[in-house]
Amino acid sequence: MTIVIEIPAFMSVIYPCIKKTIKMPIKSYLAHPHHGKKMELYQTLSALSKCEVIPAENKDLLILVTDTDSSSEEDRLQEKLQAIDSMKLLAMVSGFNTTKN
Amino acid sequence: MYTSTLTNRRSFIKKMAVLSAMTAAATMFPGIMFADEQERNLPKSGNLDWKKAPCRFCGVGCGVLVGVEKGKAVAVKGDPKSTVNKGLCCVKGYHSVMAMYGKDRLKHPLVKKNGKYVKTSMKEALDLIASKMQETIKDYGKNAVSIYGSGQWTIPDGYVASKLFKGCIGTNNVEANARLCMASAVTGFLTSFGSDEPMGCYEDIDHADVFVLWGNNMAEMHPVLFSRLLDQRLKRGVKIIDFATRTTRTSMAADKSILFKPNTDLAVANAICYEIIRNGWVNTSFVEKHCSLSKGLTNMGYGLEDKYSFKDKPEKIDFEAYKKFLEDYTPEKVEKIAGVSAKDIKYMASYYGDPNTKVMSLWCMGMNQHTRGTWINNLVYNIHLLTGKISTPGNSPFSLTGQPSACGTVREVGTLTHKLPHGVVMNKAHREHAAKIWDVPVENIDPKPSLHTVEMFRALDRGDLRFMWIQVTNPMVTMPKLKRYRDATKKEGRFIVVSDIYPTPTTDIADVILPSAMWIEREGMYGNSERRTQYFEQMVQPPGEAMSDTWQLIEVARRMGFEKQFAYKEETHIEEIYNEYRRHHEGKKHGMAPLEVLKSQPGAMWPYVDGKSTQWRFNSTYDPACSNGEDFHFYGKPDGKAVIWQRPYEPAPEEPDAEFDFWLCTGRVVEHWHSGSMTRRIPVLHRAMPEGYVELHPADAKRMQIRTGDLVKLTTRRGSMKIPAAVNQRGVPVKGQVFVPFFDENILINDLTLDAFCPISKQPDYKKCAVKVEKA
Ligand code: SF4
Repeated sequence: MTIVIEIPAFMSVIYPCIKKTIKMPIKSYLAHPHHGKKMELYQTLSALSKCEVIPAENKDLLILVTDTDSSSEEDRLQEKLQAIDSMKLLAMVSGFNTTKN
Repeated sequence: MYTSTLTNRRSFIKKMAVLSAMTAAATMFPGIMFADEQERNLPKSGNLDWKKAPCRFCGVGCGVLVGVEKGKAVAVKGDPKSTVNKGLCCVKGYHSVMAMYGKDRLKHPLVKKNGKYVKTSMKEALDLIASKMQETIKDYGKNAVSIYGSGQWTIPDGYVASKLFKGCIGTNNVEANARLCMASAVTGFLTSFGSDEPMGCYEDIDHADVFVLWGNNMAEMHPVLFSRLLDQRLKRGVKIIDFATRTTRTSMAADKSILFKPNTDLAVANAICYEIIRNGWVNTSFVEKHCSLSKGLTNMGYGLEDKYSFKDKPEKIDFEAYKKFLEDYTPEKVEKIAGVSAKDIKYMASYYGDPNTKVMSLWCMGMNQHTRGTWINNLVYNIHLLTGKISTPGNSPFSLTGQPSACGTVREVGTLTHKLPHGVVMNKAHREHAAKIWDVPVENIDPKPSLHTVEMFRALDRGDLRFMWIQVTNPMVTMPKLKRYRDATKKEGRFIVVSDIYPTPTTDIADVILPSAMWIEREGMYGNSERRTQYFEQMVQPPGEAMSDTWQLIEVARRMGFEKQFAYKEETHIEEIYNEYRRHHEGKKHGMAPLEVLKSQPGAMWPYVDGKSTQWRFNSTYDPACSNGEDFHFYGKPDGKAVIWQRPYEPAPEEPDAEFDFWLCTGRVVEHWHSGSMTRRIPVLHRAMPEGYVELHPADAKRMQIRTGDLVKLTTRRGSMKIPAAVNQRGVPVKGQVFVPFFDENILINDLTLDAFCPISKQPDYKKCAVKVEKA
């Protein structure tokens, strides 16, 4: 069964527990850049492995999709994401649980 | 430019993740664009057949799309077309379909024979229920039978239950668990406005500048609506004030958290009104044109004794008398009662008083589960009435509801002892109206309300009540002072029927257990907090012999000789019932949308008039029922005026003392739906919140040398139990208070709570009683 666990943007404050308990190898986020830093953020995220980035054409927003193979890899990626200066807010939107192909 | 290189199943999932993000982005940034090519690449639906429904769980009433594959519901996503949630959902909503597939789902009726449950056929079980009910009526009278339902009943479930018991059998012994969560909201609306349910709608969130949450942990209890508040803060810089007795995730996300001592919200609300008058912030023309002032009886008691009764005696007062009354509630005096600084009281009052600031007040169980629940509802309306901040976009006192159809089924269909679908049993014209539609002699409908929920269980204990049918609710976890009522069900000569989908502590006390069809395993409608009625079709087959609660009731009604009133066809019964139900509400004040409309869109808000939902009632710009030629018309009251009530602060019935020196407060958590019977069977949710706990303030915990995980012994005048401690975890109660969630059936905290209730609404207070706390 594929169950979509979609977490409303801005709601990480409500769901800290989710991050601990649900293994979701594929996640999507809305990444909000700091003012004037959209291109810089796009380049930084695109350079990270296991990340795909889709910039909005007309708004200061990027969609980030991460696809990791293990929780340790996920944790390492999270650390890198936290350290990005050009990012104002990263809000998780969905997590998908799937068997590995 | 982004190009996807993904090709396999994982790529499909990944594209779904992108799609979810794009949907959320479109909600927050209308008009946002991504390159066409990307959108074209996205899967539309895979092999899934997506069908719309309201979420099964809370009263927010999010629109969801359920993905069905090979006869099984396998996925859920938020419905982007729903104005409630705009494509979002919370963790319960996303896992809702999993609640149907627990391993121990009830599939066949069970009848207790010689102390053991024996599998039986549905026909035999229904025959037995009908004959037992008839036998009980013959031996003890019609008021010895009862039905206890739920705000999770669909509209047709509640409707046929009311028709059978009130119209055909002739007893008003019809109650629902919404008595435990919404009754004070109802009496608050009726006493202030003469008409139940909020005047505004969720769109108020998009207009308000300030949100005051009165004892309402929205982040956990109404998460999608709370995310809309947070979204507005990001977009428009709105302010969120959390006014509560416990620091929660809501407080942490709020701009300001103000803590008060239990029960003193009454005093603070009066102090805000005092400040509004003192500073000249009263909207005088609004008050003069649209409000009257009244006071009622005080020192009403708390309903602790059996057969307690109370009737308020409203008395008109003038503005000067009201002003004089408020002199006892200066911020400085209230600071001493409530533990809230005068500065914070003035801070809240200043937002309500500023004519250029739109304020939305939101509340749920904190104000309703209160032995002065009706009063505190009245007092918050007073604030909005004095300032004229009501019934306009963004100015909205908004009582949130807990269950998916507490409004739709319990309040609108009227499955409470005093109610009829339209009006109340005490009113002759209302009885005649219902009897005509039900095709029963008007004399069948008893003009006297009978047993409200707590009194219903007391009557079972006394032996006045002999037969109880419980549907979609779990009172053996949720009744206050539970032990008395659990013992009552075990007494000789009581016959209990329980319709449910899983074994629970309530099925444990049943003589007959009926397996029910759940949510999208049958067809139905729910009504949410903003007067929105939403339809869902049957999408999958129920397991085994499971049957909808509606059809169970119809089968029993026919066996009892009411074939004429229940002559619905199996294929079309939901449509027939809904069309019959709509006749009760015809007219501009409560017209319901036709079924075709509900089928074609994510719900409609009543009053539905001339093909349109009404967003703001009592405002003549939006509400076609206004007929006084003014801007506002509170037509629920005969004089067209809303009532500003003079209601004092009174203490709770049981306050901490030398022996029981803490407050005990109970409540819910985001992961679990009420008593947990469904969500504890969803592995992800169960793992996230596996067991109950007792939260303590860190200073209290330190003093008693209690650390997280240590067992704590709680003792009240009703009993004692040991529970693991949680210190500085999810929530932090005020000093001298402990908090215990009630979802865990292995920790029946209601064995310790008190069955005191609001004398007007008869809703129990689960938030306040005295408890002794010790390290075990
Ligand atoms: S907020 Fe309520 S209605 Fe919405 S998805 Fe969550 S449980 Fe369902």
